[in-house]
Amino acid sequence: MKDHTLIAKVSMLAGKIMLKSGAETYRVEDTMNRIAVAYGLKNVQSYATPTGINFSSDIATDTHFNRISNRSNDLHKIAEVNSVSRQITAGELELKDALKKLRDIENAKLNFPGWMQIIAAALVSGSFAMMFGGTWPDFIPSFIAGGLGYAAMLGFERLVEIRFMAEFFGSFIIGVTAFIFIYNGVGNELDRIIIGAVMPLVPGLHITNAVRDLMSGHLVAGISKGVEATLTAFAIGAGVAVIFAFV
Amino acid sequence: MMIIIQLITSFIASAGFGILFNAPRQALIQCGLVGMSGWMLYYWVVFTGMDVVPATIFAAMLVAVLSQICAKFYKKPIIIFNVSGIIPLVPGGMAFNAMRHFVENDYLTAVELSAKVMLLAGGIAIGLMFSEVVNQVVRKFPAKR
Repeated sequence: MKDHTLIAKVSMLAGKIMLKSGAETYRVEDTMNRIAVAYGLKNVQSYATPTGINFSSDIATDTHFNRISNRSNDLHKIAEVNSVSRQITAGELELKDALKKLRDIENAKLNFPGWMQIIAAALVSGSFAMMFGGTWPDFIPSFIAGGLGYAAMLGFERLVEIRFMAEFFGSFIIGVTAFIFIYNGVGNELDRIIIGAVMPLVPGLHITNAVRDLMSGHLVAGISKGVEATLTAFAIGAGVAVIFAFV
Repeated sequence: MMIIIQLITSFIASAGFGILFNAPRQALIQCGLVGMSGWMLYYWVVFTGMDVVPATIFAAMLVAVLSQICAKFYKKPIIIFNVSGIIPLVPGGMAFNAMRHFVENDYLTAVELSAKVMLLAGGIAIGLMFSEVVNQVVRKFPAKR
């Protein structure tokens, strides 16, 4: 059947979008298999790791491969691909339409605008400072430090390709801002302010995904995601630690 | 009063994380509610004197069950509700404290805190997996009859 390549294309594209948006590996493989089976393939083999996906329409046929270079958090795209895959399994979507729909999703910019993300990060920071036992005077410093830190991370991420460095600079700026506030007598506890402000950078999604993947038997994916999370946590810790080295 | 502050802040924190992770706009309120319930259970259980590790496990279970329900009801992948709901339980503060003690050459306290962080992360994982297990068992049970 000549359709094989097209089916492979559709399910590879779905897998690629999901993996780029930070979905769990088991969900990526599951979605790819479901799509392919819904279009009538048997014995589908798919294998996803955080850095690439393999797909084969049968045991001894050609294997398709796609490299994933950058990953981000985009739950909206995961949900969109999920609904497309639901439509496909229900038999409501033709192959060509599915491909077109997935291409649209891939190119769509569903992100919240940057200023909104920064405000959200600031609110999250202030709230966390309160949740971890801070007092009201800690709210505003944490709010501002968190917003600045997240904005700095977004900015550096555009400048430098390495995410690790962007996180390092972001948490460094959080540390500096918090220290300036405390030095000038605004806010009560340096620790609470910094902890709250750092929370938006914490790799919570990666940690949960890593453990989830490990437990469902995707050992390679789980370990590599865990390493990514540890590296991020280390970057954040190091950025703040620079401040403590001088205090 | 303290409870109300905790309710509001945990809701804002979870919903805000929904924005950071770019969750679909219609799901933000639910994300916030899931996170709020998890955090309130944790807060209350710790308040009554339970250790933080079992408290985290129970709260994570609640988050997982609620996300499971939301996922079923709104026909969206579970990860959307899961991730932002679990965020308040992530031991970020403790991990940070551990890092801080490392920098201050106080290795004993640092290692102690790191071990606790590992336990808490494991607790979250167990809680999340537990609801999955329950879900699988429930789904298979009627099929046998």
